[in-house]
Amino acid sequence: MPQLPPSWQHVGRHELFPEAGHDDVARFDFLANLNGFLAGALAPKVRTAYEQEVKPAFEKDQGRAPNDRHEVRKAMAGNRTYQTWSALRRCSMEMRQQTGRRLVLGQIDSLLDKARRRNAEPGLELDPSVRQPRYAAAVDIHCMPGGYHGELTANDISAGANYDCGIFATTGGMLGCYNDGGGQAIARWLEREHPDFKPRRILDIGCTVGHNIVPLAQHFPGAEVIAVDTAAPVLRYGHARARSLGVDNITFRQASGEDLDYPDGHFDLITTSMFWHETSARALPRIMNEIHRLLAPGGLTIHLEQPQYHDGMDPYEQFIRDWDAFHNNEPFWSVMHSYHLGEMMRSAGFSDAEYFETGIRAWVDADIFPEAGKGEEDYGRSAQWTAFGAWKEAA
Amino acid sequence: MSQTGIDPTLAGAAKAKGKRPWFFDDPDVERVFNVTMALAMELAVTRQRLDALERLLEERGVLAQADLEQFRPQPEAEAQRQQWNRDYIARVLRVLIQSAQGRSAESEGVDQAMEAVMSELTRM
Repeated sequence: MPQLPPSWQHVGRHELFPEAGHDDVARFDFLANLNGFLAGALAPKVRTAYEQEVKPAFEKDQGRAPNDRHEVRKAMAGNRTYQTWSALRRCSMEMRQQTGRRLVLGQIDSLLDKARRRNAEPGLELDPSVRQPRYAAAVDIHCMPGGYHGELTANDISAGANYDCGIFATTGGMLGCYNDGGGQAIARWLEREHPDFKPRRILDIGCTVGHNIVPLAQHFPGAEVIAVDTAAPVLRYGHARARSLGVDNITFRQASGEDLDYPDGHFDLITTSMFWHETSARALPRIMNEIHRLLAPGGLTIHLEQPQYHDGMDPYEQFIRDWDAFHNNEPFWSVMHSYHLGEMMRSAGFSDAEYFETGIRAWVDADIFPEAGKGEEDYGRSAQWTAFGAWKEAA
Repeated sequence: MSQTGIDPTLAGAAKAKGKRPWFFDDPDVERVFNVTMALAMELAVTRQRLDALERLLEERGVLAQADLEQFRPQPEAEAQRQQWNRDYIARVLRVLIQSAQGRSAESEGVDQAMEAVMSELTRM
């Protein structure tokens, strides 16, 4: 029997979390199950269609197998099984957005009110002069209308609330009830592997609603934590969310990771979670250079990303992981995932000796999610990541 | 209505910036497919609501789940329920019924082109 996703009723609530009635929960439960069906029952049939129909036809025509994911994508475009799976996957994503937005916007006055009160507390620094980078504004990332930055009203938080309430359904609860399995995993990895590491200052870049930095702020309660993003609505929401969860050592700042006004070597720990694939070829090296500059000697930088495409990865596997790039508004995903991570960091000044790369799985609440991370992989959305980074040599 | 002036119904249904891919050869087919999936979701929501209702009724001793499973409608109720089923199927499958009618012998002329009838009726 395939593993069933946990009901959305187990989602982690906090003061800013939208209040949901029976039907809202049922909609998210339907979506989580639909995604499970697409990943578990239909995706294997898409692979079979490739192996048995599309690939043989390509070979007959070209006298060779497809060389790369782009040839596979073009060959698959006309296949009925692939079309159906894709149409359902896109449909599911749009339904998820509508479900979350309708839920949030239906109670926007009360959410704005709660956010306004929390945002008056310390730890939120907005800067209206920060322009949205092209990589965040060219299209609405993962089909989230308005992206992370769109504002429907003054002091809007709806983008953050919509993002926060839907992740649980999109990932089938694989990131834990607070969708913080990534941050939890880093905290536990540090506790297990580097128990003596005690950062005084921590920086998280591209924090969105702060779901992955909150566990680190809780793990290092004495640390001063800075979480930056370019989008104000997610920062307002993330700040209010963290405060209502009792976390008060994070400052949410509106700033671009490409240009931060902290002195060299200011931070002992610099993190990103599922961030690089939402940047661009121009911004990525600039942000990485900033990380190298800002990291203190002896400090750690660690990043979680979906798995990279590597030499020897089957072109079909690359193609299916690439789906979100073309069809779920993730325009830098395909290129970013073909980068060599070690070289990416070497270009910013980290040496091969400093660099490391490992696999990491989301850490989630075992009572609700006994088998999290072990189910069918929903390509590009799973809770099994590449963790890479560097320990900067001590001076 | 919200003080912000936001219409949650339409703003909730907003389109994401970026060209939407259509996977089926005919986008109209895919649009129908999307409507069908939305209906499937709302049907699931209704089933879940009914299930919650039944469980609450049982919890409060109003009825037992077994009562529901063993429910045998009396002849009058049975006829009404079966008629409901028949109407329901005809509503859902209207378009198929109407396409099939066009091909049956007794429905002579049901698919006559409007232009042909127009020209026939305008002939002096």
